[in-house]
Amino acid sequence: MKITKREYKNMAQKASPPSHLAKNCLWAFMVGGAICVLGEGLFNFYKNMGFIISDSRLLASVTLVGLSGILTATGLYGKLAKKAGAGTLIPITGFANAVVSPSMEFKAEGLISGVGARMFIIAGPVIVYGVLASTIYGIFLYFVMPMLR
Amino acid sequence: MNYLWAFVIGGLICAAGQVLIDLTALTPAKILVLFVTGGVVLSAVGLWEKVAEFAGAGALVPIVGFGHTLAQGMARAVAKEGFIGIFTGGFSACSGGVGASLLFAFFIALLTKPKSQS
Repeated sequence: MKITKREYKNMAQKASPPSHLAKNCLWAFMVGGAICVLGEGLFNFYKNMGFIISDSRLLASVTLVGLSGILTATGLYGKLAKKAGAGTLIPITGFANAVVSPSMEFKAEGLISGVGARMFIIAGPVIVYGVLASTIYGIFLYFVMPMLR
Repeated sequence: MNYLWAFVIGGLICAAGQVLIDLTALTPAKILVLFVTGGVVLSAVGLWEKVAEFAGAGALVPIVGFGHTLAQGMARAVAKEGFIGIFTGGFSACSGGVGASLLFAFFIALLTKPKSQS
């Protein structure tokens, strides 16, 4: 049976359930929302312990990163990610997962060229372009803003 | 009330990411880059601060909040250190999250057997 690309696309669309996108989005919404609620709870916990707001935010993030690391090491984060998709990718726990996973995976290649080189293989671009964007903002604030005043 | 907004806003940001995964050919790495740079822009125009005021962690835990942290740190560094702040602001701002990830990843890698996560 010979089929063109367009025919194949139509067939694939008919074969896949129509609620696919809605179901994935619901999963992402629920799991992503729940991780944020956990983050808010941790923030309030640290704030009630007497930490200032910025430190409480940081400690909440660090705790989420640590929890994500443990769940990644046990393989649970990967299992959840299969269902939750962007719900586990977009929160900071997804960033931590993206750092821990390749570190574990490439340990066999050694501590320098394995763990050291591959640790930021996915998170690296996030840091590069995030810091780059903030640097452009800084250049704007320092050089352009004074001229606008 | 804060918890409800954290859930709704955080959930919506993740659902938006899921739409990109399902409907475009963007890889997860590209989506993360898009969201973090988007966060820098949304923070620079003053919008994300307002969202964070009522949504708290819902605005800050998603990677968009990482961009917001970067932009805020940059603004603070330029205000405090001037020209030098352009170079130190970004990395200072993200040092906590990145430093923690690095530390946990290293020790978890040391303590676990190498295995594929994909």
